[in-house]
Amino acid sequence: MKIFHITFVALRNEPKAKLLKKDISMITNLNLRSCILAFTSIFFILINTYLYAQEAASESSESELNTELVTAGETLFKNNCQVCHEVHEQKIGPALADVHNRRPVEWIKSFVTNSQKVIQSGDEYAANLYNEFNKTLMTPFDFSDEELNAVIEYIKSETIKGPPEKEVAIVTEGTGQETAQGNAISTTTVTVFLVILLLVLVLILVVLFILVSVLTKYLKEKSQLSKEDQDIVFQTFDIGQFVRSPAFIWVMTFVFTAIVLKTVIDGLFNVGVHQGFAPTQPIAFSHKVHAGDFLIDCNYCHTGVRESRNANIPSVNICMNCHSSIVKITGATELSTEIQKIYDAKLNNTPIEWVRVHNLPDLAYFNHAQHFEVGGIQCQTCHGLIEEMEVVIQQENLTMGWCIDCHKTTEINTKGNGYYDKLVELHLETSKNPMVVEDIGGLECSKCHY
Amino acid sequence: MKENKKQYWKGVEQLTNHPEFVKYASKEFPRDLPYKEGVLQEEEGGSSRRDFLKLMGFSLAAASLAACEAPVRKTIPYLNKPEEINPGIPNYYASTYTNGGNYCSIVVKTREGRPIKIEPNKLSDVSGSGTSAQAEASVLSLYDKARLGAPSINDSQVEWSELDKQIKTKLENISSGGGQIRIVSKTILSPSTKAVIQEFINRYPGTELVMYDPVSAYGITKANQESFGKAVIPSYDFSKAKTVVSFNADFLGTWINPNKFSSDFIKNRKLDHGKKEMSRLYQFESNLSLTGANADYRTPIKPSAEGLIVASLYNLLAAKAGRETVSTAKIEVDHLTTAANDLWKHKGQSLVVAGSNDPNIQIIVNAINDLLGNINSVIDLKTPVYFRQGNDEQMKQFVSDLESGKVQGVIFLDSNPVYDHYLGDKIKTALAKINLKVSISEHGDETAAESDYLAPNHHYLESWNDTNPVEGRYSLVQPVISPLFNTRQGQESLMVWMGQKEPDYLEFIKDYWKENLFVTQTKQLDFQTFFDQCLYDGVYSIDLRAMTMEFIVFGGNLDAAASKISSTYKTNSTGVELALYETIAIGDGSQANNPWLQETPDPITKACWDNYLTISQTMANELAIEMYEGETYQVQLKVGDQLLELPAIIQPGQARGTIGLAIGYGRTKAGRVANSIGVNAYPLLSEVAGVPVYSRIEDVSVSSSNKSVKVAHTQTHQTYMNRDFVVQETTLDTYKNHPEHAFHRPKIAASNALEKKLGDEIIDGKLEPRKISLWSGHSYNNHHWTMAIDLNSCTGCSACSVACQAENNVPVVGKEEVLNRREMTWIRIDRYYSSEKTATTNAELEKAAENPEVVFQPMMCQHCNNAPCETVCPVAATTHSTEGLNQMVYNRCIGTRYCANNCPYKVRRFNWFKYHDNTSFPDNSSMNNDLGKMVLNPDVTVRSRGVMEKCSFCVQRIQYSKLEAKKKGRRVIDGEVTVACASACPTDAITFGDIRDPESKVSKLLQVKDKGDKQEIHEHRAYNVLEDINVRPNVWYLAKVRNKEENA
Repeated sequence: MKIFHITFVALRNEPKAKLLKKDISMITNLNLRSCILAFTSIFFILINTYLYAQEAASESSESELNTELVTAGETLFKNNCQVCHEVHEQKIGPALADVHNRRPVEWIKSFVTNSQKVIQSGDEYAANLYNEFNKTLMTPFDFSDEELNAVIEYIKSETIKGPPEKEVAIVTEGTGQETAQGNAISTTTVTVFLVILLLVLVLILVVLFILVSVLTKYLKEKSQLSKEDQDIVFQTFDIGQFVRSPAFIWVMTFVFTAIVLKTVIDGLFNVGVHQGFAPTQPIAFSHKVHAGDFLIDCNYCHTGVRESRNANIPSVNICMNCHSSIVKITGATELSTEIQKIYDAKLNNTPIEWVRVHNLPDLAYFNHAQHFEVGGIQCQTCHGLIEEMEVVIQQENLTMGWCIDCHKTTEINTKGNGYYDKLVELHLETSKNPMVVEDIGGLECSKCHY
Repeated sequence: MKENKKQYWKGVEQLTNHPEFVKYASKEFPRDLPYKEGVLQEEEGGSSRRDFLKLMGFSLAAASLAACEAPVRKTIPYLNKPEEINPGIPNYYASTYTNGGNYCSIVVKTREGRPIKIEPNKLSDVSGSGTSAQAEASVLSLYDKARLGAPSINDSQVEWSELDKQIKTKLENISSGGGQIRIVSKTILSPSTKAVIQEFINRYPGTELVMYDPVSAYGITKANQESFGKAVIPSYDFSKAKTVVSFNADFLGTWINPNKFSSDFIKNRKLDHGKKEMSRLYQFESNLSLTGANADYRTPIKPSAEGLIVASLYNLLAAKAGRETVSTAKIEVDHLTTAANDLWKHKGQSLVVAGSNDPNIQIIVNAINDLLGNINSVIDLKTPVYFRQGNDEQMKQFVSDLESGKVQGVIFLDSNPVYDHYLGDKIKTALAKINLKVSISEHGDETAAESDYLAPNHHYLESWNDTNPVEGRYSLVQPVISPLFNTRQGQESLMVWMGQKEPDYLEFIKDYWKENLFVTQTKQLDFQTFFDQCLYDGVYSIDLRAMTMEFIVFGGNLDAAASKISSTYKTNSTGVELALYETIAIGDGSQANNPWLQETPDPITKACWDNYLTISQTMANELAIEMYEGETYQVQLKVGDQLLELPAIIQPGQARGTIGLAIGYGRTKAGRVANSIGVNAYPLLSEVAGVPVYSRIEDVSVSSSNKSVKVAHTQTHQTYMNRDFVVQETTLDTYKNHPEHAFHRPKIAASNALEKKLGDEIIDGKLEPRKISLWSGHSYNNHHWTMAIDLNSCTGCSACSVACQAENNVPVVGKEEVLNRREMTWIRIDRYYSSEKTATTNAELEKAAENPEVVFQPMMCQHCNNAPCETVCPVAATTHSTEGLNQMVYNRCIGTRYCANNCPYKVRRFNWFKYHDNTSFPDNSSMNNDLGKMVLNPDVTVRSRGVMEKCSFCVQRIQYSKLEAKKKGRRVIDGEVTVACASACPTDAITFGDIRDPESKVSKLLQVKDKGDKQEIHEHRAYNVLEDINVRPNVWYLAKVRNKEENA
């Protein structure tokens, strides 16, 4: 209490106002500067997007591509082909750009459905291709004519667009640096801003302390002080007495109890919560390499995600689809020890024992198909940016509260799903808000517990 | 219809208001529970404050440990994932359940390669549209730890090669020496197996196949040989019969093909707003059977009079037809004349059946059916059934050959005659002298114990096989799991012993089908396609319509049969007579080691885990036996020179002077569940005309022993507190004439305030409870799941109850806990007797219990819209869903049991113990060993100690079907969501569906009228149990209608 009193007395004197003014002007200056910075960046971003959009628009107007077919083709391509092929670069199989001009559609069809047959038929082009790619056979795909056309249409459109790297280079040529700054603006500027603010506060404290000591010294030298003022000026600070004061003890007890309680409650709430769990797996499998760098669709390995409650950990035969020909890590010269483990598993006829990262308790029922296939929720929503993870980590806490929060806010993917038609109609009769999971009983116990 | 209201009672203790019963009636659990008795001592040993503190300390430590511990749980994918197996998605395979001659065409549900549930194969017209309790439970028998794990010679395990070598040498020796070999089997339904055996006989001449049935129907075969020149059991079409008269044939329960018979019989009993006709059933029997319980007219008769009553019926009809009567002693029993009149009225559309194995009775029955013109219409001899092919005479010959030493080698193929044949003791003694004794069996059973060589067989879910249950009807058995043990298919064992190097029974079946069945059709041109289609469907039938129309007439010697009957049966026998019967669950005892079946109560006595003597009230009075709940007395039963001690229970409807006893119990080497439960009744069979009959009319005496004993019952406790309107019934005439007034509509008194508000609804100061409510009600935008149960269709067969147990991981609690009223079944079948009034004196009691009417009522959570349980839960662990379900959340429940206390239907079950992974409950084999756990449904939580549970309307199935619909982008189609009980029901008594969907079966059945946000039910027969307390259940019952004369 006494400490506050001293400060108060000190501050009754003049210099304070000036200081504050300076401080305020500093802050305003800072604000102005950062705002200008922010605006410039947003301006640049907008221009970029605009330019990009214009380019895209002009592109699509140039060719007469069936956009519907292209989208269908894109999905098919990503789900089936992308594991081995890219449009513009060579992966496990050849780059597919311009393939429609290189080979007749009939040939492509027969090759895709049964490449072995084409090679054996003595087709020279096919034989060369086979030899060129280390005699790796292409997995046969049972595409219908429409599906194959869609894929080819997609390849056509991509061929016209040209390789993506180039595109990025063109767009960012002049303004690349600014864009990068613009993207980072929010986080770095805020940090810098906060650090400066902190420094300013410390400075204020120091200045105030100097002021108080100077003023006290000045007052002490002054002889004609009233009794009251003398009491204040000459008082000494007894730390022992302060610590023993009931007020202090009460405050400290309160703070201590509060902290202990908070820790215990937090601890109890976290029993069985393993957020951040990232166990070492028997094979150092990197999602970053597979999903991130090579853009393999999650579905390709996690086959159950569209139909089952389980997303499925891929079996060794799925690994072997690619790793029968890929034996080295990019850049390495020798067989990878990690890939060797897959071969060992196959040879020894022992399945790989992965450590489960995301463990829901037995009492909770979760269904991947409901969320991914029906709800249209992305994998990343719950699993984090999996395509950037070298080692898979449990990103979210997977608690019931976390589930509920999402069910309260997530709008249901009702478009084109006949199941929801009448429900949406009924919902809109009584509410203006979009229908979220909660509205159709998504918070009910027996949706997850039975 | 207050004046017609009968007194309903669950057991004699309620009828008499036994003081003990009254004392505990209001309590859900008896107060003096034996907490500290027996195996549960450690579990419930008195807990003190110190224990509490210890527990607290431990749980804190455990909690902190749990918080630190990294949850290392392995997830192991397939090495090579089979294309058709996707974790989390069930696969269904059509197959066939066969156990001897018991048959059911099924679809097996497997998850991740494990069979977990048996569903009916709706494509089959042989076993009807449902399953049976035994078929449902057979999936647990697969995971029985008592199964034989490896081949053995004289109790020491050996390699298959060693076993084969020794057996082959011995067979060779016997055969080359001109010796005799017998293959002893129960009924073989498989034509391919018979072909294998034929090849075996060719290889080893001197071999003979002997078939027998634990419950024989050889009498019918023999009688048909004599009457029609066809040694077969015909097809009976109950759906064509308007009048059915049955003498001791429990065709709804256990007789020949009960599944098909029930579904056909009930077709004629279903009523709706259009169809108001139903068949009439007369039952003459000694024990109260399921068929008797469902009969319109039932007459208790003594086994000693059975033949004479059948002959009298013939005479009554012959008089009408102007034919010559047979000479027989005159006997008069109730309803026989009316039965004759009804039969005569429905000539050509009626049916008389008898369960007796006495060929003479069957000959007279044949004559009756011939006289009524039922042969060639209701009874089809040209389409015989093969469920019972046992030949009792051949079997008897085998026993004497065995004793005389004529036979040197015996192979028991899936048979256990030492236990389940009435000459079992003789077989056992004679076997000691036999050179080669081989048992091809799943279990080391009583016969295997007497054999030297054990060649363990696959379970049927691990085997390939085919069946030919009915002429022209075929089905396939396919393996749905790799063999769990080192077992080998019996047929392949035989093939190896014939000298084949690497036998392949599947190829053998295919060859058989190619040769014999592929040629009977023209649809498929390629055999593999044909076989694949048959395998997919599970069934194949040959069109028999093209066969020549042969008119079969009776040509038996009626007088000879009648005179034999006159000498065998008596009108005035005074001694005690024993009638043996088969229970629904345990059957012939071959699946006795299955705890699901042991805990399934007999639908009539409601007792489980035991067999017992059923005695009439009169005999009980004579023996001074009183009974309440499970408390009864041990009695001594003396049959010939055999003396047995067993409990007696008072069975209303038991014919006076008779006692009943179930076969299938008293196993000694079945496994830990079944061993030493009950007594073996097979040796008590008697012989008439050289064949075994399932009764004893002489040399039977019963004496009381004053030893008190407890039999576990699942009913008589859990009372409705004398509330009315549980069961509603009427007679057909009343229903036809005034359907709207045929049933009682409960009314409640209205207050003055209400009178002002609802003036027109109130009549005489009373109004329908449905008109008022404390609650604002629920609105169901999406689905509104509703169940309708037709009491007219429910026969009480208990298939639903076992299906529920399998689907919902319901634990088995064992005899002790059933005695403590702690059974866990989610669906129970309540059985009510009814009589005119309460009995206070012994004489009144005897009268009331002599021949009461019976009603079965499946009872499960009623999913009330104004649920009393929901309002009392302090932690909201039971709540209402937007689809009409009453949800139970185990992980939220803290076990106050307020909900169970407040439930008017007593359908909530409390987990008094942890029934899984608990050595105190070894009988709960589906949860207490790794093998048994494979049967658990992975979509349903296994509940732990201290939580409440109850019927969930199979919410996992609802959710599954909804998701399938959403994935396809459409609404759920009616029929896609079926609950386990409804799907198992052979008579379609349970209908489940969404009443928001006007096209659904349940909407139509209940005649739902859509009033926007409310659905009104307009079916006259529909009612809610305890309608007056206004809890508004989502389960509707359709009242029972008896086809009875008003004043009969």
